[in-house]
Amino acid sequence: MTLPTNSAPLARYRTMRRIRSFEERVGELFLKGESAGSMLHLSIGEEAVVGMTDAMQPGDTFTTHHRGHGVFLGRGADPARMMAEIAGKEDGYCRGKGGSMHIADRALGHLGANAIVGGGIPHIVGAGISYRNTRSGQISVAFFGDGAMSQGILYESMNMAALWHLPVIFCCINNQYGMGTRVDRSAGNRDFPARATAFGLNAARADGADVEAVHDAARSLAAAARDGRPGYLEIDAYRFFGHARMDKSPYRTPEEEVEGRARDPIARARARLAETDAATAADLDRIDGDAAVEMDLALAHAIGAKPPALSTMFEDVYAPGTPAPRPQAERLAAILGEGARA
Amino acid sequence: MTETTYRDAIRQALLDAMQADPSVILIGEEVGLYGGAYGVTKGLIDLFGAERVIDAPISEPAIVGAAVGAAMTGLRPVAELMYVDFIGMTMDQLANQAAKSRYMFGGQIGVPMVLRTQGGTGRSAAAQHSQSLEAWVLHTPGLRLVMPATVNDAYHLLRQSLTQPDPVVFIEHKGLYTMKGDLDVATPDGAWGQPVIRRDGHDLVILSYSRMLHESLAAAERLAESGVDACVIDLRCLNPMDEAPLIEAVKRTGRAMVVTEGVVTGSVASDIAARLTEVCFDWLEEPILRVGGEDIPIPVSPLLERASIPTATLIHDTALWLVTRKAPPWAA
Ligand SMILES: Cc1ncc(C[n+]2csc(CCOP(=O)(O)OP(=O)(O)O)c2C)c(N)n1
Ligand SMILES: [Mg+2]
Repeated sequence: MTLPTNSAPLARYRTMRRIRSFEERVGELFLKGESAGSMLHLSIGEEAVVGMTDAMQPGDTFTTHHRGHGVFLGRGADPARMMAEIAGKEDGYCRGKGGSMHIADRALGHLGANAIVGGGIPHIVGAGISYRNTRSGQISVAFFGDGAMSQGILYESMNMAALWHLPVIFCCINNQYGMGTRVDRSAGNRDFPARATAFGLNAARADGADVEAVHDAARSLAAAARDGRPGYLEIDAYRFFGHARMDKSPYRTPEEEVEGRARDPIARARARLAETDAATAADLDRIDGDAAVEMDLALAHAIGAKPPALSTMFEDVYAPGTPAPRPQAERLAAILGEGARA
Repeated sequence: MTETTYRDAIRQALLDAMQADPSVILIGEEVGLYGGAYGVTKGLIDLFGAERVIDAPISEPAIVGAAVGAAMTGLRPVAELMYVDFIGMTMDQLANQAAKSRYMFGGQIGVPMVLRTQGGTGRSAAAQHSQSLEAWVLHTPGLRLVMPATVNDAYHLLRQSLTQPDPVVFIEHKGLYTMKGDLDVATPDGAWGQPVIRRDGHDLVILSYSRMLHESLAAAERLAESGVDACVIDLRCLNPMDEAPLIEAVKRTGRAMVVTEGVVTGSVASDIAARLTEVCFDWLEEPILRVGGEDIPIPVSPLLERASIPTATLIHDTALWLVTRKAPPWAA
């Protein structure tokens, strides 16, 4: 049975649902003791980022912050390989070297997730220079959190982008918190779009509970960026759960959480689709069910996948075919081994 | 004497220092309401208020730079960097401003601040949250450098840091926060700048600090079972550091190794080994060995992470090799 219409809003609903199912499985991976560490930052509540990823084209590139699973799924990631990376396995996107906070995939334009707040932002400036100079028509998008609004490098990057007319977009996923600090405790003036405007960027803020509103804003910003007029998009969302897996958010009230979680982009999109007859409840249930099955498989794959061999530790510090770091055991053997000083 | 944790000993040191000296302030990300990413500053904002326990935006260069200015103007700031991995972002404020101000300005303007941070592996926190970067600090004249390994040192070295006239970088280890031990607030393990012998022995000296001290001590216990008697010295303060006790121990045993978690190349271990070799050359039976982290970024896979840094087994096997010249199985 095929879906009655495969409209773009329905496709965005499906992607958002897949993101949420994926993130729920990441939580399970951790509870099963199968994740590589506990530094897992779930993007539940921020799925409307799909409005931005859907406005990008094949060939466009991007960087993300540490809460980037949703962004990458929005750009076409294979959830099984992502989950395997989060479990620190050999067939993960980065061979088990990077983990949740450092997923990248050149083929899909993912120039890297970053665990340094703001660390990936200037890379789009360089990408923008590449695309401008080659007239390639590509754009590059930096995804980051509201916390990065406090990093100086963001403003250095915005200025360069505007000054050099680069095809780039700065996309702030404002989930209202940087760890335990709500934005009103980190910014003297919370009019973030005004900061972007001050540098000469096109700026917009969109309701993070409304993926179509995000998409509308993103489409026009992307069109302008492709034309050498860089932009800033803020997605006004809410971080549904703790900062990382161990954080129970004691610094905010249950009432605030209830209110925040009511701003659910998936529930909103579902209601809208049902209202407009774009899909029946049964269609939407099937999409949800398919997403759950897909992500169960990704989880099972990650758990069953092989860990990397110890020798891979020394690979990829430098390019293949160039001198690699010398393992310690080899160095010690050269000093103490039989005949070493004969 | 009370039993407490490394984390609580640091908290106690901050609390006591703030009570004793109203010029002590804390500034950093999540140090106030949240109580510190690792819980070290829990409750201090309730005791001392938001003017002395300052929750800062995620702006590391300005946090350290603000601490520099506060120190120049009469306060005693303790800036917190959530992870030592972020020290690169602050390196200008630290290495060009804090470290050089007294010297460049002809002795007029000192910067009596403490930069508290934590490093190390053990949590699969990957390449940007697991490093041991003390060598970057040691390489900078003008900065003091302290790395406590024990509960008592966590307290006293921090109290002592807060009496120093110059900037001190105080690096904790994330793997030690829950470690229990005895705290005697009246009695430090040693004076500022003094290494401490944690276990005496006559066959070889193992020099270490921070979490690797505990791996070294565990290795020494197993060496004793193998009939090798190791002296284990805790360096504690890497700058200033009184080398006399180290020289004495190396001359006495003729064999030494330096164990660090940081990557070996360009490491603290390299520097200590070089210094001791220069002075003790004629007393040495064997070259001074460096045992440290593999020369790679820290991988996220728990398996690879563990294999990339020294363990008690590696230290034991290498020490035994050094003393008996019997190669361990992994050397084959
Ligand atoms: C340079 C730097 N400073 C501090 C941290 C510690 N840290 C990790 S995530 C985070 C909060 C980031 O908040 P935000 O940018 O809003 O992203 P979110 O977690 O809300 O998605 C902090 C302070 C870091 N990783 N890098
Ligand atoms: Mg945030």
